[in-house]
Amino acid sequence: MMSSGSSVFRVGISFAIVCIFYVPTIDSLPELSPQKYFSTLQPGKASLAYFCQADSPRTSVFLEELNEAVRPLQDYGISVAKVNCVKEETSRYCGKEKDLMKAYLFKGNILLREFPTDTLFDVNAIVAHVLFSEDVENARLYFFHCKLVLDLTQQCRSTLMEQPLTTLNIHLFIKIMKAPLLTEVADDPQQVSTVHLQLGLPLVFIVSQQATYEADRRTAEWVAWRLLGKAGVLLLLRDSLEVNIPQHANVVFKRAEKGVPMEFLVLHDVDLIISHVENNIHVEEIQEDEDDDVEGPDIDTQDDEVAETVYRDRKRKLPLELTVELTEETFNATVMASDNIVLFYVDWQAVSMAFLQSYIDVAIKLKGTSTMLLTRINCADWPDVCTKQNVTEFPFVKMYKKGKNPVSYTGMLGTEDLLKFIQLNRISYPVNITSIQEAEEYLSGELYKDLISYSSMSVLGLFSPNMTTAKEDFSEAGNYLKGYVITGIYSEEDVSLLSNKYAATLPALLLARHTEGKIESIPLASTHAQDVVQIITDALLETFPEITVENLPSYFRLQKPLLILFSDGSINPQYKNAILTLVKQKYLDSFTPCWLNLKNTPVGRGILQAYFDPLPPLPLLVLVNLHSGGQVFAFPSDQAIIEENLVLWLKKLEVGLENPITILPAQEWKPPLPAYDFLSMMDAATSQHDTEKVPKCMKETDVQENDKEQYEDKSAVRKEPIETLRIKHWNRSNWFKEAEKSFKCDKEL
Amino acid sequence: MGLSALAPLWSSPGLLLVIALHPALSVPTHRDYCVLGAGPAGLQMAYFLQRAGRDYAVFERTQRPGSFFTRYPRHRKLISINKRYTGNANSEFNLRHDWNSLLSHDPRLLFRHYSRAYFPDAHDMVRYLGDFTDTLGLRVLYNTTITHVTLDKDQRAWNGHYFILTDQKGQVHQCSVLLVATGLSVPNQVDFPGSEYVEGYESVSVDPEDFVGQNVLILGRGNSAFETADNILGVTNFIHMLSRSRVRLSWATHYVGDLRAINNGLLDTYQLKSLDGLLESDLTDLAILKDSKGKFHVTLKFFLEEAGTNQSTDSITLPQDDNDNFAMRVPYDRVIRCLGWNFDFSIFNKSLRLNSGNAFGKKYPLIRASYESKGSRGLFVLGTASHSVDYRKSAGGFIHGFRYTARAVHRLLEHRHHGIAWPATELPITQLTSSIVRRVNEASGLYQMFGVLADVVLLKENATAFEYLEEFPLQMVAQLEMLTGRKAQHGLFVIIMEYGRNFSGPDKDVFFDNRSVGQTEDAWQSNFLHPVIYYYRHLPTEQEVRFRPAHWPLPRPTAIHHIVEDFLTDWTAPIGHILPLRRFLENCLDTDLRSFYAESCFLFALTRQKLPPFCQQGYLRMQGLVSTESLRQHRVESWLPRNHAATDSRLEDSSQQPGDHEPLDAPMAPGPLAQSLDSNKEEL
Repeated sequence: MMSSGSSVFRVGISFAIVCIFYVPTIDSLPELSPQKYFSTLQPGKASLAYFCQADSPRTSVFLEELNEAVRPLQDYGISVAKVNCVKEETSRYCGKEKDLMKAYLFKGNILLREFPTDTLFDVNAIVAHVLFSEDVENARLYFFHCKLVLDLTQQCRSTLMEQPLTTLNIHLFIKIMKAPLLTEVADDPQQVSTVHLQLGLPLVFIVSQQATYEADRRTAEWVAWRLLGKAGVLLLLRDSLEVNIPQHANVVFKRAEKGVPMEFLVLHDVDLIISHVENNIHVEEIQEDEDDDVEGPDIDTQDDEVAETVYRDRKRKLPLELTVELTEETFNATVMASDNIVLFYVDWQAVSMAFLQSYIDVAIKLKGTSTMLLTRINCADWPDVCTKQNVTEFPFVKMYKKGKNPVSYTGMLGTEDLLKFIQLNRISYPVNITSIQEAEEYLSGELYKDLISYSSMSVLGLFSPNMTTAKEDFSEAGNYLKGYVITGIYSEEDVSLLSNKYAATLPALLLARHTEGKIESIPLASTHAQDVVQIITDALLETFPEITVENLPSYFRLQKPLLILFSDGSINPQYKNAILTLVKQKYLDSFTPCWLNLKNTPVGRGILQAYFDPLPPLPLLVLVNLHSGGQVFAFPSDQAIIEENLVLWLKKLEVGLENPITILPAQEWKPPLPAYDFLSMMDAATSQHDTEKVPKCMKETDVQENDKEQYEDKSAVRKEPIETLRIKHWNRSNWFKEAEKSFKCDKEL
Repeated sequence: MGLSALAPLWSSPGLLLVIALHPALSVPTHRDYCVLGAGPAGLQMAYFLQRAGRDYAVFERTQRPGSFFTRYPRHRKLISINKRYTGNANSEFNLRHDWNSLLSHDPRLLFRHYSRAYFPDAHDMVRYLGDFTDTLGLRVLYNTTITHVTLDKDQRAWNGHYFILTDQKGQVHQCSVLLVATGLSVPNQVDFPGSEYVEGYESVSVDPEDFVGQNVLILGRGNSAFETADNILGVTNFIHMLSRSRVRLSWATHYVGDLRAINNGLLDTYQLKSLDGLLESDLTDLAILKDSKGKFHVTLKFFLEEAGTNQSTDSITLPQDDNDNFAMRVPYDRVIRCLGWNFDFSIFNKSLRLNSGNAFGKKYPLIRASYESKGSRGLFVLGTASHSVDYRKSAGGFIHGFRYTARAVHRLLEHRHHGIAWPATELPITQLTSSIVRRVNEASGLYQMFGVLADVVLLKENATAFEYLEEFPLQMVAQLEMLTGRKAQHGLFVIIMEYGRNFSGPDKDVFFDNRSVGQTEDAWQSNFLHPVIYYYRHLPTEQEVRFRPAHWPLPRPTAIHHIVEDFLTDWTAPIGHILPLRRFLENCLDTDLRSFYAESCFLFALTRQKLPPFCQQGYLRMQGLVSTESLRQHRVESWLPRNHAATDSRLEDSSQQPGDHEPLDAPMAPGPLAQSLDSNKEEL
């Protein structure tokens, strides 16, 4: 493991080359045997190895060059070694012929690239080839700030290098990244210099006082993160400062160019500081490439995936005619006349419109086969209907059946689940079973053959005819679960025939799992409807399910760490058996064991990428402690997934001998981007208004320009000076500049 | 009961007199709610009381509702628009353009069923109000003139006193709450020498034949003055209109009580020099003289005083004697007064302290922003008479405004006397953006009563849910908890509609170039009516409301958002309207309010310790949003340009979705440093 104190940067080409500032310094080229060499390889670390056979003259020239490359490559965290292919140890990397020996670049024990020695003709070529393959064009360079992370549960911040990947740029970038994030100074800012200034970047001093030190420091850190790579940020301690800085100034801006005076600013907003710096850098950029759209994410750009996809899909015509559109006039008549599913939606809401697509898909699937009428009502047009139906959030689905109270659909907003709900609701629950034969047909799945594909389990409540309350409670539970699971009730005189057959004590539930062909019985200790619902809901959970997007929430609720086997396709039955055995042996009671089929759930790949870097071959068994701590542990991929290994691994986990491969970030979900700060703009407008009264402050030309943008009535302008602010279509950066101007004015007065 | 209730009254000499005159005085009938006047406001209140099953009665002087409209406006044309078509089915939205209907649950009781005219005839209003009363079965006591209203202190009464109403027959009615909806019924008269020669709007002839070939002077410059002028414009020699201040055009002031374009024919003829004209002068400085031929001359009160009393009319100095081009040097055949109306204070005993005594207080009774009298608790003023709250600002003096304030008063009463909290919908925070978008797009109360009524979002702890309250009187926000029975402990949003701060006014050019704002970043400079959302971390105090910045409807908020004005008043544009609103709400609440497909929630659930609210409140409760194939395709495309890793050719699986790639850097992941409005800006 690398020490947490060293910094890492990663070249983000697909199989990212992760280079490490290797802590021990080796100056000369170590010579190792293949076995020794491979044992030194560490996961995630890059290493260049030259495989050679004893002393050929050509190779010795190369070796000299390689020896010289040790140092520079080491600077980039890449170790270099000479591997002697001796006869006793054969390695496939040892070429068969003496002349065809090659150098290989490994990352961990994964081969990244091979280099024929003639391409590595001198030290520069070696370094260049190793660092810049042709893929570097597509590469991104990140600096991971792990030094600052003391607690392993935190995720390291990363900074993307924005400049082109050239040796010089990388050098500068790393140098800046390695500089302290925030420096505290108590000296004359004029005299302060840091690596930033030397590299041509400006310095931003946040002026702090003893009283507000903590808050200032936090602010300064914010600013520093935001300006990382763009400017150096320092905390200037006013109290211990000998030189005077203007009293109200809270920010000092010092440019790298010599002879430019420092600016003392009053900026009451982090964004204003950022934009001040960025605008000042910006000017230079414009001179270079006239491109003014190089900002980061734009707050006017949609970052809501539902809104964005619905918007992109807006021109596609949906077969809306497959569902009946209701209005205030037709609503009551329609829901009274037949069985209806009603979608309540609002046509401007993205989530509604996304779900409408699934709803239409349901209509397509049910076309001509269902007695259930699929209808929809746009609550943006008919708010009274929706209010009367008690629908206040959108989208919302309700089922109206003749003579029954409307039922709210509470399942997933998707085609499959809604279809299941509709299909299962073709009959009413619980089904009243009246004969033993019928009960057997019910349990075998014969009775509702066409429904069991929607409910993998049928539940049969067994009651003596006199258990009136229990039966009522069960009916309530069955009614509650309608649309989600098939329930039936049997309480004929001969119920004991069934209870005896399935070894059940009345009252009891028989659970028929159709996929497994199993029938089990559960005694009903409590017959409260709520408890019955809970028992059935719990019984629906499998012991080793295939986890999917649809079913994760049911298992997630159990609040246990997930033991997930990631499989590329169906699960290997051996693994399944191994896990099931452990389940039986109670090893997994504190976990939720499950498996994930990447073919069915491709998003699983994204999950693996968050866990592993690089991704080892599948299958992978992972323990994810979602609910406490977020640690992710990986079952060693070089071990077979068999009971013994698993037990051993679990034991190690239990006593804390295993290290997590990663820790899931515990970050809160903060606003993805800032909002327009209209209050500040209004304030700025007011303060600008004030400064305009002082002619010194604004240059003559500015005043004229402003006037030109006014409407013609000059007298009105004079009478109502605030009107001069009604200047349209200013872009944001102009706004900030204008605001700053006024702040500066305030300062000079 | 009767005796004990009456006992303290014996000390009142006024009542003694009343009782003496009516020896047949009976035991007072008690009612929880008494409504004075069966006009639009009284009937509107009666409707809410009736629906709530309250004990109430409406007292009406005449034999049918809406008697004001049987005579006024004199020329019979209502200037409240009756827009029957909007192209929109939304009934709530349509009320934004229906200025005549009262609020009810019965769609048959919409004014558009009573008139096809855009500016309907006043008779249709009388017919409408009658139908409204009859259809809904409102309890109105007709032919009952309340001649006197006084207080009876009683500890047991809801408000510590009863209101004692005496009618023309001497019948006494005891009321716990008094709702005064008597409108403005006393013509406003200005006292100056010669005012006796002036005919009033209320009685002047409306037959143009009576004005043929006459010189007419009209005093006043409001809608009644112009309406009167319009009627006779074609037959008079000329009309001069005289008023204290310049004409206020409704389309410049955005106040419907100012001169409406439908009445402004005289402005046309004045500016085109067709003999008619407008003049400004303070009426109290004037005097009108009648010469021997019966013609009227305008002079100054000053000259009259100089001349003394014994001079004959013809010898008094006229302005033109000194100043021979004086504008009003021609003699007039008629002088007509159209100076508006005042509240009738005469029936209210002084103990009710309805009158403030200042000039404005002569027109309107003194009330709070909750429409409750400042002088006596339990007395509320409704309708036109309550317009002091938003005079020259909003629509509280007109049907399309006070129908909402009546509802607000009713909601306050329901809480105060019946323990029923202000109606609110509690919703998960993921519905916040939609709830606000829905209301700003359809709510008619917010739209008509802009700057007066506000929707309020009360946040629940940790901002996971909120309560949505509709149409609360803005100025009472500090007392919100007490008035509504709702808790505002965790911050609130106040949603109102506003015109631009400096857009409206009698002297404003409302057609200047660039008057409309289209850019979202300039939304705060919007001029036309647009939604504004104020965010407060704490309920503002009464002090803060009282000493709020000038021209601000509310105290300075923690943050403010303007939804950019919209030409169509349709604020549903995903990027232009909804996105900036969401960002504002997110930054106030310091959370991420985006919506996500189930697949994304799944990814987050397994790769992060925390989930965004949408996933928590939807997906994790097994109500995730599943994307369809077509949307999934768009999702792949939409994140593509922003996801660098996706272009890599060496991916193991080329079908892999870019959105799933590198979740920590993908655009949907929360930014590490998104700075929120909630953070302490003042720290610097």
